[in-house]
Amino acid sequence: MAQFFAYIVHKKGVADDSALELISAAKKIDSSASVTAIVTGSGADLDKVANEVAASYPEVWKIDNEALAYPNAEVVRKALLNNLPADCILLAPHDTLGMDLFPGLSIKLDSAFVSDVVDIEGVEGAAIKLIRQEFSGQVSTHVSCDMTNGSIITLRPGVFQADESKSAGGSVVDKDAGDVSAKRKYLEVVAAEVGDVDITKSDILVSVGRGIEDQDNLEIIHELAEAMGADVACSRPIVDAKWLEKSRQVGTSGLTVKPKVYLALGISGSFQHMGGVKGNPFIVAVNKNPKAPIFQVADVGIEEDILEFVPELTEAINEAK
Amino acid sequence: MEILVCVKRVPDTSENEIEVDSDGKDIERDDLVYSVNEWDNYAVEEAIQIKDKVGGSVTVVTVGDQESEEVLRREMAMGADNGILLEDDAFEGSDGKGVATILKAAVEKGKYDLILTGAQADDGAAQIGGMLAALLDLPYASLVNSIDVSDEKKLKVGREIEGGNQEMNEIEMPCVLSIQTGINEPRYVGIRGIRKVASVEIPTYGASDLGLGSDAVGEGAAKVKRLDYFVPELGEGAEMLEGSTEEKVAKLIELLKAKGGIK
Amino acid sequence: MKAILALIIVAAGVGTFAYILASRMAPLFRAAQGPRPDRIGERLFALYHFPHHRMPRPGYGDVGYPHITIILSLILLSIHVLMVIYAGFTGLEMPGMESTIGVAYAAVADIALTVLLAICVFLAIRRGHLKPARYEVPEKYGKDKSRPWALLLIGALGTIALLNMIFLGSAAAAASAAGEAHRFIPPLTGTWFAGIIMSGFSVSGAETVNTLFYFLLLISIFAYINLIPFDRMFHTITGPATVFLKKLDKGSVKPVQWGVEDEKVADLESFGVKKFEDFTWKHILDFYSCADCGRCSEHCPANAVGRPLSPRFISLKGRDYAFSHYPIRGPFIKNEPLIGDVYEEDEIWSCTTCGACEEECPVTIEYIDKIVDLRRGMVDDGMVPQSLQKPLNALGKRGNPWGKMEKKRAEWTKDLPEDVRIKDLSGGETAETLYFVDSITSYDDRMADLARATATTLSAAGADAGILGKNEKDSANEVRRFGEEMLFMDLRDHNTGMIQDSGAQSIVTSDPHALNALNKDYKDIPKAEHISQFVVRGLKDKNIAFEPLAESEKDKRYTFHDPCYLGRHSEIYDAPREVMDAIPGLKRVDMDRCRDRSFCCGGGGLMLFYEPEEEQRMGVLRVEMAKEAGANVIVTGCPFCLVNIEDAIKVAGLEGQMESIDLSELVARQIKKG
Repeated sequence: MAQFFAYIVHKKGVADDSALELISAAKKIDSSASVTAIVTGSGADLDKVANEVAASYPEVWKIDNEALAYPNAEVVRKALLNNLPADCILLAPHDTLGMDLFPGLSIKLDSAFVSDVVDIEGVEGAAIKLIRQEFSGQVSTHVSCDMTNGSIITLRPGVFQADESKSAGGSVVDKDAGDVSAKRKYLEVVAAEVGDVDITKSDILVSVGRGIEDQDNLEIIHELAEAMGADVACSRPIVDAKWLEKSRQVGTSGLTVKPKVYLALGISGSFQHMGGVKGNPFIVAVNKNPKAPIFQVADVGIEEDILEFVPELTEAINEAK
Repeated sequence: MEILVCVKRVPDTSENEIEVDSDGKDIERDDLVYSVNEWDNYAVEEAIQIKDKVGGSVTVVTVGDQESEEVLRREMAMGADNGILLEDDAFEGSDGKGVATILKAAVEKGKYDLILTGAQADDGAAQIGGMLAALLDLPYASLVNSIDVSDEKKLKVGREIEGGNQEMNEIEMPCVLSIQTGINEPRYVGIRGIRKVASVEIPTYGASDLGLGSDAVGEGAAKVKRLDYFVPELGEGAEMLEGSTEEKVAKLIELLKAKGGIK
Repeated sequence: MKAILALIIVAAGVGTFAYILASRMAPLFRAAQGPRPDRIGERLFALYHFPHHRMPRPGYGDVGYPHITIILSLILLSIHVLMVIYAGFTGLEMPGMESTIGVAYAAVADIALTVLLAICVFLAIRRGHLKPARYEVPEKYGKDKSRPWALLLIGALGTIALLNMIFLGSAAAAASAAGEAHRFIPPLTGTWFAGIIMSGFSVSGAETVNTLFYFLLLISIFAYINLIPFDRMFHTITGPATVFLKKLDKGSVKPVQWGVEDEKVADLESFGVKKFEDFTWKHILDFYSCADCGRCSEHCPANAVGRPLSPRFISLKGRDYAFSHYPIRGPFIKNEPLIGDVYEEDEIWSCTTCGACEEECPVTIEYIDKIVDLRRGMVDDGMVPQSLQKPLNALGKRGNPWGKMEKKRAEWTKDLPEDVRIKDLSGGETAETLYFVDSITSYDDRMADLARATATTLSAAGADAGILGKNEKDSANEVRRFGEEMLFMDLRDHNTGMIQDSGAQSIVTSDPHALNALNKDYKDIPKAEHISQFVVRGLKDKNIAFEPLAESEKDKRYTFHDPCYLGRHSEIYDAPREVMDAIPGLKRVDMDRCRDRSFCCGGGGLMLFYEPEEEQRMGVLRVEMAKEAGANVIVTGCPFCLVNIEDAIKVAGLEGQMESIDLSELVARQIKKG
């Protein structure tokens, strides 16, 4: 079997959750796979990550270069190209860096590329059998990925189990980045505007989606939040319509929240939204569509129109006080 | 500035209920309506706005069948100057790299300063832009939500990254960018506009026009193949509360209290 | 000497006026083609009827009646003015004083002038001191020029009356000083007072006053005439043309260009109004005719909820543009796009086409056609708000604004009770009566209740009724009024074919927007009627009878909210009320603003998708009006009204206190079956 690699994403010296998910994914391809972690960056932060990850991977390739201090995909790609053997199987998370980096890398390595994989069924001959989704998650497909010349597979974050066993205890090997010149220069990150409330710190969130139908109906959500002592959050369409500020958006392109209780009201439950909900909270979903995907991930489900249900819930909570 | 925008004709998923057909090999397409991929439409609007600012022309290109022409015409009605259809039976079954290879051949037939694609399409792969850039050896940036054409040789682009933050980059031209929704407000294209471009010439290129053999494109060359479509068995999922609305409200409050959901 | 001076004044006055009028007419020659006057009899009647019927509409009597009096006075004085001018050439002697008629007329003139002066004083006080709210000019429209101009014009007219009476009075004073007889001057008129005040003057003194005030009068008359084309008084000249050329069919929309048939429309270079000269010359005349009275804006629901639309300023800005770009002196200024400069996008999209403005305007200025033309221009240039693009695209692809599948259009029939017979004609059957359901009633979960109620009623009345089912597409009433003319034509042509194939002899609908489109925008199909009219006929023919109201309903007070497209645009006010009154035990009240004064619920069709900037919802104001009228059940005759009102009841926090129900539901609930 070809050599397995896992690309480690990190921020401020801490490895991303996906780092441990990649191990499980590799095992689904080959249960005896030995995966080498490969991580790029610079300085003390990179060292911290490499050491943290070394507990779970038999070997960690660390590419340290000032040009990699911020993960500029154009530079990272060159550094990986300089080190990855042809025919390798590279696993990585399907995140914004991944979208920037890996399609191009697969061309340079001449390996097969499959993105946003949600499950791996195993190997059939010279191909890996994977599962993806299409049409905004309405249908799934089996995909065959020829690994003869190697392959790059990016995984949907949060879907694969994190392997917390820390049973590998590997060594950290220094690798060279090579030529780090690029025609794209990183300038800076402009932080999203911080709103009046930081929902990433909230314990109880009342989150609203398209089911609210109209901006004027948001009133009922605010009243429920007040009755519960909760903060109001929402899904992307609400922010796109400018009904709430971006600082209230939960999801992969919004904020990541870790509440104890999460009420999803009129939210369909797309993975982009639920990707922002971490920490395994108690999830309650209210939606008039019984087939909404949210009911797959929620703990408790209520098939009702939120415009009818929420005011009643608020009233009952206030009466009980 | 000469701009090329790669567009794709996709089923409209908003109200369409996508279902797997009886064979399991494809989705039910009988009742579907098609339109241009939403991300690609934002890209075309951005290209037109750039052209309005600095001059030049906008060309839209698609890899598809005869019906894909309608999408090219719509974008031309919007304001693109030229359309190119890349069509050949030999292209069928191409994987991402195959499609990117076809597009690369079309790019090389012209001379472009900027190539745009949508960040992703109906299959959510988000790969064509990056592959095309690598094949052409051009710099690339994905999920672009702002473009500043202040310099003749460089662009200042913003990328949408996690947490709602924006990563600012400077990228040299020629380059490839994949465009995120929300970068602008696309203009409306009415039936009248489309009728106006109904008889404009749209050249069609096939495999031989582009010099592409079956080793590079089509099913034979594909390393990634879609085997089927299916709807997964639903797992257990949530515990659905039963009873009248009042009863559900009462039960919910009980559960919320137990989990610390009511302060 | 005097004659020469008079000649100079008259020549200068008339010459200047002709020159000014020519400048004012200039843009009309560059404007788009206007309507050809047809149905002359109706138009002549309109000319007589509208101005004086509109002036004293309820709430406007305080200025309406004085205005009518002014008009009558000026008509009476028209010959007098000519005599005054003539006198300049006959030694300032007013003609006709030898005959009895001449003297009698002169006495009438004295009274008319006095009344004129008195009214001018009253109007000046009202305008200058009492300041009715509708004349206010909001900050965003710049400095208030309306008020200074109003006071100037009132003052000038009053001054002319005063000068005239002093001139006439001085003649009497001169005669009495000379010991000569003078014609009879009615006591207590201004002329009479002037004569008395000057009675102590010497002959030469009185004659000096006479000469002086004659020329002051002559100059004032021509000064005033030349002021006319600069402000609201222009309506005295252009108003009659505006009224004569008004649209005779309420609810209809002008073609993209007059004189261009449907087949040729697609070939036009440009659609709609983008620059000023794209307006028809009739519309430019409309701008000139605006009397700046503010009634349109006072009744405009968009204005009432704080949307950026005030119809009065659509006219005034248009007028001011014409004045500044076609100045009296200097070259014409090049035309620029109107949107973004004179009008804002949201200003034009905010209009619900409810027609309240057109219902009030005393000079019958057309607003809806202008808004539609401006929208056509914006659509042509792609300037459509994102919120409207999705439903428009969906209408093009699927024939309904939600993009739902055609085959699901008749799904509402699945929940019909067994005994209700309604055919689905998409299979090839024919029926005598076509029930045109339209999009919202077909696809919306709540509005499908109206479809079922209407089908129940038709069936109970024994009608041979059918629906087009999946062959029906949106009636496109709003598509047309939002400026997408080509899409409208596609949908109209499709539906026309389907209707003709259905074999229907008559059409019934529960959707006034569909009713309007079918009757005004479509051709070659049977006449469409509203379900309320069908029921009224059924009551008369004894096919329909009602059970008495249930006990629990007997204490409620029902009010009918007139939908804009049923009331103002289709002029159906009585049928729904007759239906409600035929239900034994039902107590009905009317809101203050009812019938042609009804207040728009918020708009239907594409307006449901538009995201306006507003301070509150129209529906909320309407629901509060129902509450004020003492009602607790609002009955509507339109699915869009029902959507907006049901929503508004929740937003206004009146759940439990106010209910709403559609007329078709009420009928189906009370109708005697079997």
